[in-house]
This record gives sequence, structure tokens and C-alpha cells, in this order.
Amino acid sequence: MTVTVSPLTPLVAHTRAQVLDLIRTPIAIISTTIFPTLAFLFFVLPQGAITDNAVASLSVVAQLGVFGVMSAYLFGYGIGVAEERANPWTTYLRTLPIGPFPMTVARFLTAALASFLSLLPLVLAVALLTKAPEAFTSGELSWARIPFALAMVLIAATPFLAMGLCIGYLLSSKAAVAVAQVLNFPLAFIGGLMLPPEMFPGWLDVVSLATPARAARDIVIWALTGEQMPGSTLPVLLGWTVALTALAVWANRRDEGRRFR
Amino acid sequence: MLHTQNQVRPTTDTITDTVADTVVASVESVSKSFGDTVALDDLSMQVHAGESLGLLGPNGAGKSTLISLLTGTRRADTGTVTIFGGDPTSPDSRRRLGVTPQATALPVTLRVREVFAFVGAHFGTTQEHLDELAASFDLADLLEKQCGSLSGGQQRRLMVALALVGDPELVILDEPTTGLDVESRDRLWARLRRYRDEGGTLVITSHYLAEIEALASRVLVVDHGRVIADGTVRQITEQVQLRRILLRTTAPEQQLLALPGTVSVTPESESDPHHVVLATRDADATVRALVADGIDFSDLQVHGASLEEAFLALTTHQSPAHAA
Repeated sequence: MTVTVSPLTPLVAHTRAQVLDLIRTPIAIISTTIFPTLAFLFFVLPQGAITDNAVASLSVVAQLGVFGVMSAYLFGYGIGVAEERANPWTTYLRTLPIGPFPMTVARFLTAALASFLSLLPLVLAVALLTKAPEAFTSGELSWARIPFALAMVLIAATPFLAMGLCIGYLLSSKAAVAVAQVLNFPLAFIGGLMLPPEMFPGWLDVVSLATPARAARDIVIWALTGEQMPGSTLPVLLGWTVALTALAVWANRRDEGRRFR
Repeated sequence: MLHTQNQVRPTTDTITDTVADTVVASVESVSKSFGDTVALDDLSMQVHAGESLGLLGPNGAGKSTLISLLTGTRRADTGTVTIFGGDPTSPDSRRRLGVTPQATALPVTLRVREVFAFVGAHFGTTQEHLDELAASFDLADLLEKQCGSLSGGQQRRLMVALALVGDPELVILDEPTTGLDVESRDRLWARLRRYRDEGGTLVITSHYLAEIEALASRVLVVDHGRVIADGTVRQITEQVQLRRILLRTTAPEQQLLALPGTVSVTPESESDPHHVVLATRDADATVRALVADGIDFSDLQVHGASLEEAFLALTTHQSPAHAA
């Protein structure tokens, strides 16, 4: 009667369930999806100096793309996990014969899909409304950079996914909303996702380089435009990813659902 | 010896008749606190293969905490909890476990068929088994519905059906029939009896004592985080020196309550206020006084206490006494 179940089967089942939930609640996708695009339309499009310059436009896309994905992870996963934790269905899932692995990985895959969807309208808007495509049509940059950069946005945003999970596992859903907001905008600012870090004073640039937001921005700009990234980018990104993932795994293990005092 | 009322099946007299020696779940000297609240206080208990254990206790007695430890969703502060000889917080130990939690919460966007398949994916369940469960729990016509559109009773039936998806050897049900109508409840009991008769082990909590009487071969009464009684339904009810006197009378309640030994007077049915049940600690003295006082009565019957009365007597007396 004991049937051996491939460890992949629960992972596929959890991913499938979460993706079904996502696509059957379209409003949740729409709100995270249009945010970077709106930011582009309101703040970047009026600045002709940027939109007339193909490479500058691409850098803006990279920044906003990272900002969108970071927000999606921090909010979607920070608040989503905190709410899910208080949900008795999650308590039921914890009685099934699986560890934290399938749920956590399924959440990552679903987040990646949701973030990818948020990039599509942004890429479309930039392609239609700026001179960015000329960088590729003129042969200055290879077309292959576009899928490469898209993949890189998702990979570079991993620390924010882990950060979202930490928030979700360590805090109640109300506290998670506040903490996600407190983290998101300062991180976006210091990380150069709103203003280019070239405008920062020296000390702020040093702080900026140590943040995961800046590292994610620089690596995506490098992927898209070939602009050299600082030597600190990879170690900073890797360090934050490892540290926050370890914290997220620890938080998941100590989690016993919502506790009241 | 008199049997308690409404017995659907005869209860077995001794635990040893029905129980093999295999211990399926074991709790040893376990304590668990939440802040200043002591939920479990040095509690020990065992569940043996093939038995059906009913967990009884007033609200806040520690039943749900005990279940959360057995199902691996919480860890004990001190003491040892094992299922199938392993730590319930490790996924491998839970492979032969099926659970229905107290709260009903299903993913509202998923269809019933998808939820069955989702849970089945954790156990390698065959489609035939899923179909059988859907039919047994009267869910076959609802498979294409999203869980959010199910009624409360339909959701509850699905939650209990999910406990059996993995073909488990131990099923733990926390108040399984809360919110179900009589027909659904009977159907659910029938399926759980079948599970039990096929050799499955059952742990069940309920506020509905008829449910415990219908399904459990052994009862554990928990209060203030401790076991205060442990035995068959019969042993528990005998332990309480209460008797029920049924009679038809027009005498006022005050007069009946004044009879020696009497602790409560309740109507036997709502339709007939003159058909009453006296709970008494000394049936002989009560009946003698009933006759001596010249109270007009008819249809006199004397029974042992029901499980409900025994439970109330056990949990309202402040001195915890362990059962034999």
C-alpha cells in the first residue's frame, strides 16, 4: 500500500495549484503588472533626453523592471505568506508528508511567473515609445540580450523573494504590510531604481553598492546594455541571496502558524 | 448491566479485546505552553493500532494542542511525541497519517477535483481511490465546482474525505461533523466505520458526544491539559456514580430537585414537558423518596449515566481522578 512518490510530484502539484490560483484571481496580477509600466509612462516618458537615447532608455527599463519585480516579491510574498500562515488550509498542508521544500519552491516559480508577466507591458511600452529598439536594429547590441536580461531580472531579484519570505514567516500580516512598505521604497531609492546612482554623493554611492537592489540593477543593466558592472555586484548579490535564503528557511522551520500571546 | 441510551452499536467491554499491541502514536510526559497559558501539563497517552480513540474535553482543555503535536504542526516544549515510531514533524512519519483539522479552509479558487488530485499527489493516490472517496462523501456531482462555491457542509465533507486520500493507517479528525446535517453526518460516520472496520486507527475529537459513542472504542477525557479519565465508553460512564431516572410526572421541577441525590432535572424531549430525566447520585434513595413523598409518576425507568452526563460530571468536579 505504500506507494513511492517522486519528490517532484508534490512540487508540480503545489506549483500547479498556486498558478491556478494566480490566474483565477486576475486582479492580483493586474495590480502588480501595471505598476512599473505606469512609472515609466509618468516619470520617464516626459523626459525626451532619456527616450531619445537608446541606451539610456534601456537602463531605465532595467531599473524599473527590477523595481517592479522587487515590489512584487516583497509585497506579494511578504504579505501573501503572512496571510497564508494564518490560514487553516496552510496548517492542513503542514500535516501532509512533505517538508518546506515543495511549497517554497512552488512559491518561487509562481512569483517568477507573476514577475515575468509584470515585465511584458513595460517592455512593450518602451519598445513602442522610445528609441530603445534602435540599439538592437542598428546592430549595436545583440537581440539575444533581451531574453538574457529578462532571465537576469528574475535571478537578480531572488534576494527580494527571500526577503519577502522572511517578512511573511516572521511577521503577522498587518506588520508585514508595514515592513514591506518601509523596506521597498528606501531600498528602491538607495538602490538607484528611482534616480540613477550617478547623481548620488560619494558616501551614498558606497551604501548603495552594498544593497541587493543596486546589485540587481547593475547586473540587469549589464545584461541588457553591456555596461560594465562594479566589481562588488556579484559578491553583494550572492551574499544577500545566501543570507536571506538561510534566514527564510530558518523562519519557515520555526514557524508553527500564527501565534497569539 | 444497563446500556447507555441511543447505542447504535454495542460498545466493547474491554480495550484489550479490540486492540493489538502495536503503538501507532505515543505521547510521553508532554508539556506545551503558549505564553502563560499551560495547554498540556505533563500529559501521556498512547494510541494502539486498530482502535478508535475519542478525545473529549471542554473548550480550552488542550485537545487541539494535543492534535497539533500528533500531526506535526507544533512541537512539544518538553516530552516526546511519536507517530509510527518517528517524529511527527518529519515528513516521512506523516506518510501514513490522514488529518482533518478543526477549521475548514479550502483554496477557494481550486475545483474539488483539483483539490483531490493535489492532496493525492502527496501520496501517489490512484484515481479509483479518489473517485470512491468522492462517491462515499457525496461529492461526485461537485467535482467541477470551485471550493469557494461549496456550502459549509460540502466543504466539511471534502475536508474529511481528504483525510482518507493517502490510504492512511492513522486518521486524526478534529470535530469532523461540525456544521453537518443529520444525513451527511450519518453518511460520514458510515464511511469512517468502514475505515475502522478495515483495520484503520482513528483519533477523533468532538463536542458531540453521540459521535464519540458512535465511533470510539475508547475515550480519553482531557481537562486542564491532563488526562482525567481513560477507558471504554462503558468504563467512563460507570466510573461516574450517576444514574438517570426517566419518568412521567406533573410534579414541579423544584420538588423533583429536592429529592435526595438529585443533581439535575431535564425534559426527556421537547414535545413532552412531563417526561423528565432526573440525574441522581443515589437512584435507590431518590426512588424511595419519590414514593414516600407521594409524588404522582408513571413509566419509571432507571439507566446508567450517558456519556454526556459522565463527561459533565468529570469535568465540572475540580478534583482530577485518573481512571482505573
